[in-house]
Amino acid sequence: MNLLYGLIAGILFGFIMQRARVIRYDKQIGALLLQDMTIVKFMFTAILVGMAGIYLLGDVGYLKISGRPLIIGATLIGGGLFGIGWALLGYCPGTSWGALGEGRLDALVGILGLFAGAFIYAEIYPFLAETVLTWGNMGNLTIPDALGINHWFVIAVMVAGGILMFRWLEKKGL
Amino acid sequence: MNGDHKNGLNPYIGGALTGLLIILSVAVSGNYFGTSTSIVQLLGMLEKFISPFQVAQTEYFKVVNPVISWQILFVTGIFIGGFLGATLFGEFKWRFFPDLWKNHLGTSYVKRGLFAFLGGMIAMIGARLAGGCPSGQMSAMILLSLSALVAMIMFFAAGIITVKLVYKGGGK
Repeated sequence: MNLLYGLIAGILFGFIMQRARVIRYDKQIGALLLQDMTIVKFMFTAILVGMAGIYLLGDVGYLKISGRPLIIGATLIGGGLFGIGWALLGYCPGTSWGALGEGRLDALVGILGLFAGAFIYAEIYPFLAETVLTWGNMGNLTIPDALGINHWFVIAVMVAGGILMFRWLEKKGL
Repeated sequence: MNGDHKNGLNPYIGGALTGLLIILSVAVSGNYFGTSTSIVQLLGMLEKFISPFQVAQTEYFKVVNPVISWQILFVTGIFIGGFLGATLFGEFKWRFFPDLWKNHLGTSYVKRGLFAFLGGMIAMIGARLAGGCPSGQMSAMILLSLSALVAMIMFFAAGIITVKLVYKGGGK
């Protein structure tokens, strides 16, 4: 049943991303060229809606919420590497499957690259586990924890900041 | 002329629907979105098929269990959803060069292929180190994780610099 939910969620997500054009190389690179902010609008709206909903479910006791682990060295190096690779490929690991679904064969080459990267990572993992993955382990730190304030205050600031950013992007015609 | 270049679904509506979909997925099955782990699992399954001994020797496959998972079905779904969206609206077309690439960087299969392959390879190593690709970081950000904020800033900073080098002078 869990697997079926995954398939349904994937189909809906793939369909929405295809219709909003966010799986396209032109949109992803367009954002990095600071010319077309479609993916930024899409992503941040999803995040703002998602965070309000998930934290609401957490507060009524339906979910248990915890942050994801932050290892400063690994996140900085990994984030930088991802950014470089993303800029060369023009698709993300998730969107490349949707792009292939649209008939984009360069995404298939990218997916082969993803497998090559996973192979290299698995091979060098013992080395990484003793080095990069130990540099600055902060545990599952959330932004409200780090600041020592209520999560709804952080969410409110993010929503307000997001709306201001969206308005600015629309005014600039990005 | 197909609908390929017409404006698509409004990104705010698409994003809001995605946010609702994530909430629903977590509420119904407890699964946050993420895609890069599935590649490791698929690779492990492939290696198991070729050389079970190799998989048993690889420490990372003890951390990420190579079995059919929610996430593998999720990326399969993304492929199907992309195909459905493109087909239903007459936008499906086999092609190798994105328009932006073609207009600025030409039509060398070797060059585009090399960029795509190496990009995928580097992105995957980075995503594993950073604890997720953009879809996973979107979930982490929803949980207000500090790690997602750091990762996203790095994704965009490194991406913007790299794209500038690739499109130097060529990008309008």
